[in-house]
Amino acid sequence: MAVAVSSRPGHRWRDRIPVVHQVRQSVGLQRGMLVAGLLMLLVFVLCAIFAPLLAPYGFAQRADASGGFGTQQPPSAAHPFGTTVGGYDVLSRVIWGTQTAILVIIVAVVLAIFIGVALGLYSGYFGGWLDRILVVVFDAIYAFPSLLLAIVLSIVISGGQSNLWGGVLAAAGSITVVFIPQYFRVIRAETVRIKAEAYVESAKVLGAPNRRIVFRHVFRNATRTLPLIITLNSSEAILTLAALGFLGFGIEPTAAAEWGYDLNKAQSDVTSGIWWTALFPGLAIVFTVLAITLVGESLNDLADPRLRGRRRVAQAAGEVAETSVVPGGTLDAGPGGLAGLEDGETFDEHGIEVKR
Amino acid sequence: MSTVVDIRNLGVSFSTDAGAVKAVDDVSLSVERGEVLAIVGESGSGKTVTAKTILGLLPETATTSGAVVLSNRAGTGEHDVISLTGAQLRGIRGTDVAMVFQEPSTALNPVYTVGWQIMEGLRAHGQVSKADARKRAIEILGRVGIPDPEHRVDHYPHQFSGGQKQRIVIAMALVLEPGLIVADEPTTALDVTVQAEILDLLRRVRDEFGTAIVLITHNMGVVADLADRVAVMYQGKVVEEAPARELFADPKADYTKALLAAVPYVGHGVARAAERAAARPADWAEQTPVVEARGLEIEYPGRFGRAGFRAVDGVDLVIRPGEVLGLVGESGSGKTTIGRAIAGLTRVTGGSLKVLGHEMLGIRERRFRPTRSRIGFVFQDPASSFNPLLTIAECVAEPLVIHDRAVDARDARPRVNELLEAVQLPASYGDRYPHELSGGQRQRASLARAIALEPELLIADEPTSALDVSVQARVLELFAELQREFGFASLFISHDLAVVDLLADRIAVLYHGRLVEEGTGAEVLGAPADPYTQRLLASLPVPDPVAQAERREELRRLREEAAR
Repeated sequence: MAVAVSSRPGHRWRDRIPVVHQVRQSVGLQRGMLVAGLLMLLVFVLCAIFAPLLAPYGFAQRADASGGFGTQQPPSAAHPFGTTVGGYDVLSRVIWGTQTAILVIIVAVVLAIFIGVALGLYSGYFGGWLDRILVVVFDAIYAFPSLLLAIVLSIVISGGQSNLWGGVLAAAGSITVVFIPQYFRVIRAETVRIKAEAYVESAKVLGAPNRRIVFRHVFRNATRTLPLIITLNSSEAILTLAALGFLGFGIEPTAAAEWGYDLNKAQSDVTSGIWWTALFPGLAIVFTVLAITLVGESLNDLADPRLRGRRRVAQAAGEVAETSVVPGGTLDAGPGGLAGLEDGETFDEHGIEVKR
Repeated sequence: MSTVVDIRNLGVSFSTDAGAVKAVDDVSLSVERGEVLAIVGESGSGKTVTAKTILGLLPETATTSGAVVLSNRAGTGEHDVISLTGAQLRGIRGTDVAMVFQEPSTALNPVYTVGWQIMEGLRAHGQVSKADARKRAIEILGRVGIPDPEHRVDHYPHQFSGGQKQRIVIAMALVLEPGLIVADEPTTALDVTVQAEILDLLRRVRDEFGTAIVLITHNMGVVADLADRVAVMYQGKVVEEAPARELFADPKADYTKALLAAVPYVGHGVARAAERAAARPADWAEQTPVVEARGLEIEYPGRFGRAGFRAVDGVDLVIRPGEVLGLVGESGSGKTTIGRAIAGLTRVTGGSLKVLGHEMLGIRERRFRPTRSRIGFVFQDPASSFNPLLTIAECVAEPLVIHDRAVDARDARPRVNELLEAVQLPASYGDRYPHELSGGQRQRASLARAIALEPELLIADEPTSALDVSVQARVLELFAELQREFGFASLFISHDLAVVDLLADRIAVLYHGRLVEEGTGAEVLGAPADPYTQRLLASLPVPDPVAQAERREELRRLREEAAR
């Protein structure tokens, strides 16, 4: 049978890279939000990487060659953001703080993902008594005020105050415990849904062992929503870290720069008209959380074809898609018409009929 | 006669991620009062979009050109639906034009009584007192054939059967006496015996209420049964428009001819089955059956002490090597359950089921697993039976890798290419992802996966019911070819008698979990003994208006007999 095969439509490599694909896909306000979020995130990450170069002083430095910085100095040429009550340079601490923040995000999210995904897959796929116990335990964790839990854990892990890694691990660990139920629930629900899909049944009929079904068929399909939860959780991680620091369970100023701690120390300054010690760390938190949230929300909207914006088309424009398959002409028709245009999605939610 | 709706040069485009897509291209149609116009076409031909335009139900991503002029029932006012805005559209919906949806169980709101839902439409269009609205709701329910309407008007949707729900949806459409009803695949979700009743009702709607109907369907039998005039759509254009009898007797367009030729008829498979039976060796009947069920019972467990649901009840059946057994039944008859039990996906709870020498009652998965390489399974929905993240070649290679015939997908590729060629897909399609293939192509890839290990038994669970009729014809042909070539025994499950007839050596008819009739195609379809089989056969609409009119009479006679 002689068949002319057309090249694969619209699936170049650059469309497959996660974020690049979404940027190309978006239009209008959604694209603006996503690009703004990504740029802000880039600034945040660059700050963390190049902190030693960018920051004029060390995070725990109180004096340089020309003598001590002085406490609560207003912004000046030497200290653009002023100095704190402890005599640290505010600008330097804001910049160094990005490193702590990024560490906490990475540790917390990685730990929570590994544990949450593994338990969720097991629970969802095999079910049984362990599943029931895990669901009850994680529901109980949900009922706990998360900040209270984080405080208890940071006391347990590090006795309250500690050095950089102790503090980071304490904050990250407490955040992990709060986040595991989220990953667990999402993955478990997805797994239960995917378990009933025909392709999992078809693997069962073929005699595939459970290990192979779980990792090859269930796992990869269940984790599609994770990037969204990761971005949303990252911003929550920063807020929890800041809250811990603010409440006095953060990291010693000599161990690392931490925005929440600085805010805590700036409390009494605010009433005496010293605005710079609180404003800049606060802005840094807002900036970072906003960046991650913008990216997360945009990805969320773009992932849903109903929320995704599209350019309006000119009246009666476009080609009639090759959607039908004529007897005798099937193979030349190319990959399924309208169905091939949207990745596996149909217009069904709009009530328009296309081939599934 | 006057025109109810006049569609002039309609064009509809959608904006998608891949740019503009035109769904309807320069379509002109008109419907007269009291006429049934059927719009026929395959998925994506633009038939539903055309119909939805009449009600102004297109999503925001659509842009339209042309005109859809709708007159009211009295013929005194005209509106161009395309230029109307929200409030004006609401004014004509229900009173001038109404819609009957495909799936009656989702078209009704489960938390309100059906009476309330009918009255909602009445109250939306003018001041009607509650008592008045209720009276009219009861009246309309009676007229669409709901027994005891005074009492049932206060029932909730789940208390009605599927066919009754569709009657209620039709009653909702009729209650404001619109001049036109748009029925989008009104019988596709229903069983064939129920379909016949709904078609009767729609015919009565036309005759008694004088309502024009735009009938959207892909089923040529339904068209032959109901339509006065037929418009065939293909790729957004109307390729042919003619009175029903003329179109079936003498189709003009090539596409229409191909479409009609692809429709399976009952009775076409008999000769083929007889030929195959003659070619069998003499001792064939004595060979050990591949599948043997004796008094098979399958029960789904009930919740919290409630009795379980018995899906299969005392079924005896035998599939011998190289034989195709067609299993026919309506939804809920237990046909899929039997297929899944044979594949080891559902537990057998009673009786005996022997599959390739293994007793399935109480078998452990570990012991059955090696046998799985001898069984192939083709699923109903080609869209969901492939892992969306694997390429077709990787999917087809799965059975080879699992049963150690290949190290990985790359190693299996030569064999995969052979298999793809066997199902008439070019080998290069192996690099595509499932969503890049059409439904028919995917189902062929699914067949390739099922025959990868050259199984002795292939279970096909409604493999063509999700496909368009012309695609279905080719997949069935391919199935028959593969069966000849590989000689596997097969359980072919379908709700469509004509499809089963094409392929099966023997046909078994299931009804409410029991086997009511079994025999060769000639026996079961030629001279059905069981009243249910007779009804099933008579309900199946044939794509020929003249023959269908006779069959309708036959069905009416059977029903009267059953009522007596």
